[in-house]
Amino acid sequence: MNQVILYTIITLTAIGIVAAVVIYFVSKKFAVQEDDRIGRVEAILPSTNCGGCGQPGCHAFAKAVVDAGDLSVLHCPVGGNAVMKQVGEILGIKVVERDPYVAVVRCSGSFEYRKKTNVYDGAGSCKIAAALYSGDTGCAYGCLGMADCVDVCDFEAMYMDEKTGLPVVIEDKCTACNACVKECPKNILELWPKGKKDQRVYIACLNEEKGSTARKDCAVACSGCSKCFEACRYDAITMNNNLAVIDPDKCKLCMECVDTCDVHNIITANVTPEKIQAANEQRLKREDRARKKKEEEKIASQAENQKGNETSQA
Amino acid sequence: MLRKRKTKKAMKLHKHKTFKLGGVHPDDQKISSGVAIIALPLPKVVTIPIAQHIGAPAKIVVQRGDMVKVGQIIATHEGFVSSNIHTSVSGRVGVIEEVMDSSGFKHTAISIRVKGDDWDESIDRSETLVEEIKLEPKEIVTCIMNGGVVGMGGAAFPSHVKLSVPEGKHVDYLLINGVECEPYLTADHRIMLEKPKEIIVGIKILMKALGVQHAIIGIEDNKQDAIELFERLLQKESSITVEALEVQYPQGGEKQLIQALLNREVPSGGLPSDVGVIVHNVGTTYAIYQAVQKNKPLIERVVTVTGKSIKQPSNFLVRIGTSVIDLLIAVGGVPEDTGKIVSGGPMMGKAIADLDVPVAKGTSGILVIPKDEASRAEIYNCLHCGKCIEACPMGLEPYHLLLMAKKGNSKRAKEEHILDCIECGSCSFVCPSNRPILDYIRLGKTQIRKEKKV
Repeated sequence: MNQVILYTIITLTAIGIVAAVVIYFVSKKFAVQEDDRIGRVEAILPSTNCGGCGQPGCHAFAKAVVDAGDLSVLHCPVGGNAVMKQVGEILGIKVVERDPYVAVVRCSGSFEYRKKTNVYDGAGSCKIAAALYSGDTGCAYGCLGMADCVDVCDFEAMYMDEKTGLPVVIEDKCTACNACVKECPKNILELWPKGKKDQRVYIACLNEEKGSTARKDCAVACSGCSKCFEACRYDAITMNNNLAVIDPDKCKLCMECVDTCDVHNIITANVTPEKIQAANEQRLKREDRARKKKEEEKIASQAENQKGNETSQA
Repeated sequence: MLRKRKTKKAMKLHKHKTFKLGGVHPDDQKISSGVAIIALPLPKVVTIPIAQHIGAPAKIVVQRGDMVKVGQIIATHEGFVSSNIHTSVSGRVGVIEEVMDSSGFKHTAISIRVKGDDWDESIDRSETLVEEIKLEPKEIVTCIMNGGVVGMGGAAFPSHVKLSVPEGKHVDYLLINGVECEPYLTADHRIMLEKPKEIIVGIKILMKALGVQHAIIGIEDNKQDAIELFERLLQKESSITVEALEVQYPQGGEKQLIQALLNREVPSGGLPSDVGVIVHNVGTTYAIYQAVQKNKPLIERVVTVTGKSIKQPSNFLVRIGTSVIDLLIAVGGVPEDTGKIVSGGPMMGKAIADLDVPVAKGTSGILVIPKDEASRAEIYNCLHCGKCIEACPMGLEPYHLLLMAKKGNSKRAKEEHILDCIECGSCSFVCPSNRPILDYIRLGKTQIRKEKKV
């Protein structure tokens, strides 16, 4: 009996030793040479595997960065400038700092402003509803409110506001990974530069219908009245298909446009009401001056005309 | 229950043909089949969408304020796969704007305020049967194209495109689809009963245009009167036969009908002409008769307005562009217990979100579903019972396609032939967990099409 146990132990140990030797040499022979920088870069990355960089995951991003040896295109939005700087140090490249972004919701059509015209009864997904028809309200551009964006968010940075039926982005948690932007079938979510002192201004409407139709469907729709367009001193606002759009690259955050909107649908973030008020007063003063100047010019030209007439008569 | 159904199926198998793969048996509810077609009084305004067919939308050729006569072209076809649009009423052209149509999206439409009923002189409005086919095959196709005829079974595919068989393909059979497998709908059934002679001339026109020697009319055996009528009328005709088919959904699908009647299988991604067959619906055949023999374009169609709580389920001859609300008023108004109003049948139709939606060339019925039947039941997890696979007439794995579409895996979905899905809804119909299978498959298909465009 004891012998059997002894033999078994000896045989198994022998097999184990032989196998270990074989495996050792095989692993030496067929070892995969990986750049050690890949591992180091990956260790710095946030390991969320969110895909916000455009790569399938953090390892793939690290590999792509090391292979490319260039950081002009590749950027980890979750880690931001701090992480990218460290990555640059490992690779020995200088990294240009990028402005941080945040997702914004470009629809203000809450239950209160945008009445339901029918009841959607299909599968509970915005993508399916959008493929089926234009939506359960009159507005074909607005939020469908079935929270595809919230479901896809890996950072718990979004939630549905039950009162308004619209998604809300929690600014501090949003990493600008782009997942919600890609998910939304109505393109309501958009990445927006976080801005100086985290201040932003954007128009929360995408309705391209004519003003009267748009307002019939939603009380806060952009009617394309061009008031904000005219107020902007920096050409940051453009009018396209009855819709005003702010270009964040040109916007100087002067906030003068905010109060021109008659439905208060130019949304600001982290801006004090005092600043908006001050900006508005400044704008009104400027407009006043411009008007007075115009009137004076008009009077002057009229006087000149009269003078001219008198001299010709004489 | 299941065993009972199977024995019933086995008994019937000896009698009539049907397709082999999958299929379901929804309750057929043809409550309006005994009601003769009535012409609906002219509406005050019609709204005629310019995209009523598959293919490019037509190009508008009228302006606001123009006076038009019935049958006049108001939008011409753009390219080959497109169709002419004619005005269905006489009167003054009103606003041309985007309105909601039965697709659920806003599309451009021409509204016309009705004044009198003044027809274009070239249209023969008499009821006399014109049997002699004077035109040559090519002229027939042109005539059908000018008449704006599209498939009236629902998909609204331009008929002249179907008749222009690509070179190198040989067509030997013409199939006429009188199946009408959708529950509730009876428009095709009534047309077969009331205009059989015209349909037979229409078949002869199609046979001449295609140069085929054989035509088969396929009719499900719940329309015994229509089968007998055609058998009687076709006693002397050797080239046209009538075939009774076992009742099974979706037999009206082109590919299923070909399999049922000729036992030929259309290859994946292929067309019926790949197996030498062209299929036309009976309603389309009647429209073709009118376009070729009477020079009457497609300006009106038969629409079934039905539902369990509707007072008088009816079959109306409706001018294209009449709004759905006019049809509902004609049957005694919208019942109080209405849950959903569907354009088309209960299986493939689409709920409409607005009662001002106009009747288009492809609108075969308006179905009012009571509240207790309209809402979807609670969704449970997939049991992997395989019922959807058994029901799928295309031999697909619906539960699997749902998962792929949900995950956005278009590549895998394509490999699993998601594009072969005919969207008949049999999978969702049989699912014991009430899963929205078709919804997701449709989503997967749109995703693939979008990616193709990019």
